[in-house]
Order: sequence, then structure tokens, then C-alpha cells
Amino acid sequence: MTALAAVDAQTLVDSVGLGAIYALMAVGIGLVFGVLRLVNFAYGQLIMAGAYTLAFTANWRVGWSLAACLVVVVALSLAMELAVFRPLRGASPAVMLVTTFAIAFVLQAIALLIDLRDNTLGEVATSVAPLNQAITLRGVEVRKITIVAVIVTVVVLALLALLLNRTRIGLHMRAASTDFSTARLLGVRANRVIGVAVLLSGVVAAIVAVLLTVQLPFVQPDFALRETIVVLVGVVVGGIERLWTATLGGFLIGFATGIINGALPTDQTVFLPSAVFALVILVLLLRPSGLFISGRPAAERL
Amino acid sequence: MAEAALAVRDLEVRYGPVAAVRGLTLEVGRGEIVGLIGPNGAGKSTTLHAIMGLVPARTGEVAVAGRRMLGRSPERIAAAGVALVPEGRRIFAEFTVEENLQLGLAARRGRYGRAALSGAYELFPVLGEFRRRQAGLLSGGQQQQLAIARALVAQPDVLLLDEPSLGLAPSLVDSVFDVLTEIREGGFAILLVEQRAQRTVALADRTHVIANGELRLTLGPGDADDTEKMVAAYFGG
Repeated sequence: MTALAAVDAQTLVDSVGLGAIYALMAVGIGLVFGVLRLVNFAYGQLIMAGAYTLAFTANWRVGWSLAACLVVVVALSLAMELAVFRPLRGASPAVMLVTTFAIAFVLQAIALLIDLRDNTLGEVATSVAPLNQAITLRGVEVRKITIVAVIVTVVVLALLALLLNRTRIGLHMRAASTDFSTARLLGVRANRVIGVAVLLSGVVAAIVAVLLTVQLPFVQPDFALRETIVVLVGVVVGGIERLWTATLGGFLIGFATGIINGALPTDQTVFLPSAVFALVILVLLLRPSGLFISGRPAAERL
Repeated sequence: MAEAALAVRDLEVRYGPVAAVRGLTLEVGRGEIVGLIGPNGAGKSTTLHAIMGLVPARTGEVAVAGRRMLGRSPERIAAAGVALVPEGRRIFAEFTVEENLQLGLAARRGRYGRAALSGAYELFPVLGEFRRRQAGLLSGGQQQQLAIARALVAQPDVLLLDEPSLGLAPSLVDSVFDVLTEIREGGFAILLVEQRAQRTVALADRTHVIANGELRLTLGPGDADDTEKMVAAYFGG
């Protein structure tokens, strides 16, 4: 009886940790959606690039390895905006969406080429592996990464809330997310607001890369791909029109995935992706307009 | 001769094959109010949108204090000293009154000055009173005041107003026109698009009548009471 309770508490704690990471991914996706009206399917590849960077710098000092991850992911995020999104500004949402698919495939292909230079697929990222150790709290084994993930998520969300609600650029970002054309005619600079959103979204992707590699240190080109799709489902279910509902949606689907994963017998966890992808299809069937919102929303998003 | 604060020359705007504005030329000097009236679909709003860079002009020129504006983005035109009070006000309903006014400062390069806002609260005391309130909770007339105040805090040289009295009760229409009378002292160049022809003609230094995207005639304040001329202006007589 106690054993069962312990397992449940264990699953619960792990699920909260997973939910926290998914919530961060939802924030990264939601920030860009707010100002660009663009669902960035290539968001997972930013995280993948960060994970590879951590793997390739695994024998550097931890601080340098993390810094390298941040630099690579943010640079890639900004490059995406400058090279792809900016030239396509004003294109239809469908064009933008398909474009992000293309970026995702290109980045995966590049990662594959780089990865295969040593003739083996996959690299191991061990920069912050010690965080995977567990400490025991009241009979529940809590991995340090779970605590770190929750704290980091809370801190990131708090900082973001401060930025959005207390600074000039934050006000401009909220205005741009609510009604971009009115914001622009008041003098809000579109490229700056979008640039900051893309930058922040890159920073968040780098953080997610670190948190995810602790639990999944074996990095392959499809790293974070499944997680991204799951998060997108959560974001749509939560409500992509507002950053906080999107974030909550991300958390909930992460939490639910963790619980289902814990509840499924070990030999049936192979069905988890199937269940998740079935949910994707269902959501896209039921809420097709949710993913392709265009024009001016009536409500404030952030 | 000094440059006009706002000069529009031979402006042509097309929506696909349809010419919304054809060969429009007008000037607004500092401290002047110029009215632009005409039936629905005449091209009044399109003219303002073209000046603001919201729709591309096909040919022609828009100059603010001699600087060419066409082809610039709306935010750069705003930064050059042009402010638009858009039709339907377009305030940010879920933001506070103060946040809306702070957005008006976006066009200014300087710091986030509280001083600019206190000027707005002086002109519109009700906005000061409700500054922490959600803008969407204000009445229609108060929202219009907010939209005008939001444009004014940017301290523009050119103020464009797109039907500021639309949808307001008659007493509130009076207050909107009173405000325009008050702010003309501020040295702005004001281009006022309105449906209320008679009041506009009476207020403005001159009022252009447009129909089908073309300037038909220009009226002076003295023509406001000339009903025949007003009717003729509207019905292309």
C-alpha cells in the first residue's frame, strides 16, 4: 500500500517536472505566435541544436557549455527571423506554416550531416547530467532536475511577466500581439518587437535544451520533435490566442503525458506517442481555425 | 515660402483595379484645420491611410515638412511626426487608460516621460481620473477622448482624424469638436475626415469635398450655412 502511494507521488512529481518543461516550450512558441501570428513548427529544432551544442561541448566547463548552447540557439532563432520570417512578412499563415516545416526538415538534415561525421548516429550530452541524481524527500525520490525545472520555469515566467507588464518594450509587445496595425501606426516598431520576441523565444529554447538533455542525454536529429508536437497540441487546447493560456495548456499536456506514461504498464508505453498523435489529429479536426488564426483578434493575448 | 506641414500631391491609391483615390492634392499648414468630407466610399479614409503608410500609394507624393513619406512604414511615418486617430478609435480595450497613452509615446524617441501624460490629463481630466481603469470600460465619448489624447501625447506635427464623431451622441459630438477647437491653438496641422459636413465646414479653415476619389470643390467656413452649396457638394451638382 505504501509502495503504491509512493509510486503515485513519484509519478506526480515527475509529471510536474515534465509539465514545467512543456510550459516553457509553450511560452517560446506563444511569444513568437503573438507578434508574428506564426506557429513555428521548427521550434523543436532550435532545442535540438541546443542539445547538440551541449553534446559537442560536453567536456568543456559546464558554464561555457551552457553559454555555447545559449549563443547557438539564440543566433539560430534570430537567423530564422532575418533569413526566412522577415522576407515572408505579410505572406499567408499557411505559407508561413509550411515554411516552418521546411526549416524543421532542413535543420534536421544539417544536424544529421554533422552528427554522422563520426559514423555513428547520436551524441551524448553530459554537461549537466549530475542533475539527474535523485534526492529522497519523505520517501519520494525526486530528481534534482525536477526541482530545477520547476524553479527555472517559475523564474522565467515571473521575469517574462515583469518584462511584459512593467517595461516599454513589453507594453509594445502586448500591443503588437493584440492589434499589430494599430500598434504600428502609434509608432511601435514592428521589426524591433518581433526581434525581441524571437530573441526571448530563443533564450527559452536554450533553457529547454538544457533541461531536456538532463533526462534525454542521447541527442539525435529528431531530438525534441515529439515534445514540440505534443506542446503544440497543448498550446492549441489551452488557447494560443493568449500567452498564459497557451503556457497553461503546455503545462497540462506535459503533466498529462507524464501521468499517462506512469499509469501505462511498461510494456505498453509504446502506445503513448500513438495516443498523443491521435490527439493531434482530433484537435486539428475540431479546431482547424485555432491553428490558422489571421487578422485582428478581438481580445488581448498576453 | 515655408513648406506646408503636410502636402499631398497627385495621390493615387488603387485597390486592385479600383481607384479609391485619384490625383488628390491638398495642403495643411501649421495651425490649420483642413476638412475632408464626402459620401461613404469617396476615399476619405483611404487618403488618411495612404498618408500614414497603411496602404501603398500608386503614384503621387506625401510630404511632411518637406520630407517625403511614401514607401515608409507606418511606424516611421509616426516617428516623423504624423499621428492618426483611427476610425472606430482602435483603443486597446484590455489595457489601462494610462497604458494606452504610453503607447502613444511609442512614436517618440525620447524617454518614457510622465510629463507628456500629465498634459493629456490636463486636457481630458476624466482620463486622469480613470487612468488605472481598463480602457474598454470607458464610455464611447471617453474612449474617443482617449484616442485623441493618445495621438496628442506623441506631440505630432500633423494630426489626422478619421471620423472622430462617428457613433457618438450629439452632446458628445459637441465635445469632440470643442476639443478640436482647443487643440488647434497647439500649432498642429490637422486633417479632419468627417461625415458631419456642416460642422466640419464651419470649423475648418477650408474643407475639401471628395467623391469617387477625386477632389470636387473646396469650401470655406462661410459656406457652412449655404445649404444649397452643401447639398450640391454632396450630390455632385
